[in-house]
Amino acid sequence: MATAEAIRALQDRFPELNLIARPLVTYADGRASDQLWIRVPPEHLHDVARFLHDDPRTRFEQLCDLTCVDYLNYPDAADRFGVIYALLSLTHNHRLWLKVFVNDPEPMVPSVTSVWRGAEWPEREVYDMFGIRFAGHPDLRRILMPQNFRDYPLRKDYPLTGEGEREDFELVTRESA
Amino acid sequence: MPVSYDLGLEPTTLERDESHEDHWTLNYGPQHPATHTTLRLVLELDGERIIGCIPDIGFLHSGFEKLGEHLDYNQYVVVVERMNYICPVSNDIAWHMACEKLFGLEITPRCKAIRTILAELGRLQDHLLNIGVAGLDLGGFTAFLYGFNERELINDLVEQLSGIRFHPSYTRVGGLAYDLPPGWTARALDLVQNRIPPALRDVETLLLRNRIFIERLKGVGVISHDDAINWSLTGPVARASGVKRDLRKDEPYLCYADNWDGRGAPAVQFKVPIAYGGDAYARFLVRVEEIRQSCSIIEQAVAMLPEGPINVTANAEVTLPNKDEVYFSIEGLIHHFEKIMTNRGHCPPVGEAYFANETANGELGYYLASDGGKAPYRARCRPPSFINYQVFPKLVIGHQISDIPAVLNSLNIIAAELDR
Amino acid sequence: MAARGVQVELTRTVELTSAPGGGSEFALSRLDYLIDQLKRHGINWARRHSLWPMPFATACCGIELMATGASRYDIARFGAEAMRFSPRQCDVLIVAGRVAMKMMPVLQKIYIQMPEPKWVISMGACASTGGVFDTYAVVQGVDQFLPVDVYVPGCPPRPETLLEGLMRLQQVVAEDGVRSSRERGRGLRLTVQPPRTDRVELGPGFRGSE
Repeated sequence: MATAEAIRALQDRFPELNLIARPLVTYADGRASDQLWIRVPPEHLHDVARFLHDDPRTRFEQLCDLTCVDYLNYPDAADRFGVIYALLSLTHNHRLWLKVFVNDPEPMVPSVTSVWRGAEWPEREVYDMFGIRFAGHPDLRRILMPQNFRDYPLRKDYPLTGEGEREDFELVTRESA
Repeated sequence: MPVSYDLGLEPTTLERDESHEDHWTLNYGPQHPATHTTLRLVLELDGERIIGCIPDIGFLHSGFEKLGEHLDYNQYVVVVERMNYICPVSNDIAWHMACEKLFGLEITPRCKAIRTILAELGRLQDHLLNIGVAGLDLGGFTAFLYGFNERELINDLVEQLSGIRFHPSYTRVGGLAYDLPPGWTARALDLVQNRIPPALRDVETLLLRNRIFIERLKGVGVISHDDAINWSLTGPVARASGVKRDLRKDEPYLCYADNWDGRGAPAVQFKVPIAYGGDAYARFLVRVEEIRQSCSIIEQAVAMLPEGPINVTANAEVTLPNKDEVYFSIEGLIHHFEKIMTNRGHCPPVGEAYFANETANGELGYYLASDGGKAPYRARCRPPSFINYQVFPKLVIGHQISDIPAVLNSLNIIAAELDR
Repeated sequence: MAARGVQVELTRTVELTSAPGGGSEFALSRLDYLIDQLKRHGINWARRHSLWPMPFATACCGIELMATGASRYDIARFGAEAMRFSPRQCDVLIVAGRVAMKMMPVLQKIYIQMPEPKWVISMGACASTGGVFDTYAVVQGVDQFLPVDVYVPGCPPRPETLLEGLMRLQQVVAEDGVRSSRERGRGLRLTVQPPRTDRVELGPGFRGSE
């Protein structure tokens, strides 16, 4: 299976990181999902990403998706934020998920925009929604919320209906416009 | 104290070259007919030529993903389909396919065939609008009317199916809300055999022999094969740059996979159109050809439509009982309430799952995290519009202002999916 | 000459039908009255059949608005097909779709730029109340910041419902078309009742319930 080979190649290249592939979910009847994830320490993310992108055995040319989960209330979670990289190889037609865990108060992850240009906006979105900074990002600004919005809405401690921002507008009149 | 929200871009982002005093900055949108509802661009212009472009999005950000954490797996479908409102039913299917991946369910053959038909109808809805609006954006109203006429017929089909002509909320975890109404398949077949092909021919003769139309699309907004991959493009946009990738072929699901009914049924036969131009014209051609292929898929799926249950099994833990049972037997009613009450019912295992569908815009995937409760812990959508739109400045720089509508249309940006 | 002829004829008609004792003064005031009526009804008649919408289409409702403009529903039958994307040319602001926090200042500015007299149709559940999007980012009803005249219910409303809302507005325009939005204060706040049918054809899932 191509994914297993890719993971073996990765483990051979980075033996000191002790990378283990785990299934994303194990069902109640004991079956394991065919989707695998690997925990990568943030300081080695860039090297791992570069290797996965370039090596002919892995060849993950595309960053399919980049997202984040706030594991604040998650059962048995040790770290707060998990930044999740969904990789896709068009050559070998396989997928792999990388997770990078970071914590408060200054969550910081290296940017992978130099490897995959497509990471640019998803990283901005994660910054906007979770407040995780990406070191080396060319243009890290809020993308969906207004620039002077204060909170990070997708964090678990932010309420669904907000903190009154949605009613809090100046009424524009003919004089003030 | 009311806050005045700053809509301006930070000064660091649009660097003005002081040596060019004749350059000027233009605000384009967010209320502009060519920006497909709510996009905003800040352009730096040298005369009519674009030399700098910064998209500003978020004008339709509605908190979909936050809402997904507060609604259960069946409720959230109502919200999901308001994401890509051009082809709502594709979103339903993508969402519940991801849920089924998380629950570890294998749906029934009849459900698969019906979902295939609907997914392709969704693709038709999207592409008919898109090729029609391609004419509208460049100044020709007629193609839009041709496209919209056939869309109305698809809306009629959806209405017969679900009672509402726009957002059907038709899928459920492990199946569908109800079976097809009688006579529906005949109408669907009539649509794809007798209505859409002539309309498509009309649009083609109207636009593809129109020199102005062709010259305004050819060579505009070019992206190369390697860039398309590196910028994570998917769907018709990537295929128009020669990327041979279609999830229906590469990671087959539903009736696109062989042996989908467990009794050796062959996959539906279709071709994936690939173009190598990488420009707006190539994207237009890919979409036109995809309409033909979708019609053919619907014909095959209707012909193969098996009999049988639409939900996983009669006594499955996840699906709601049949309405006949609920209304006429006390056991059915209890059964029904046990499913929908907040502290009962079937919950997925703790874990995460990703599943992607090839929708009209590209790879629409959902990444679900579950903490074992009734609602998802995190419902992340991989929106094709969002990922495809980030390449936009690269496509328009060097072209003229009037090329913006052509490029925007060829990317087919749906604002609600872009901003969520 | 022709204009004078009309005037003479009008005066004569008035004199013939007027009460005894009425002189030329009466005839003149009667003429003013007629012109006034002509202005009121004639201009309002013209106005009601040439409402130019400003389609502020953000989301799903925008597609139904497009469908209303397309061949099958054809909003041109009501004289409102001239959709102009510049607020300075428009009479009716149709807010179609949810309005996010970032969009609200933009919407207010657009409304201010429209010339008087102007009306606002709030199309769909999201524009009227926030709809299913009870979240941090969506304004819970544009009527908090704009004077809404007609609410069109539905998620999204069918094109027929939108046309019903437009007709409702046309009635209002025919009655007091020249009143400015400032005189109307916080909007007329009319609603559209969805058409009721006695019997609805139920889907197969509900077969047992009849």
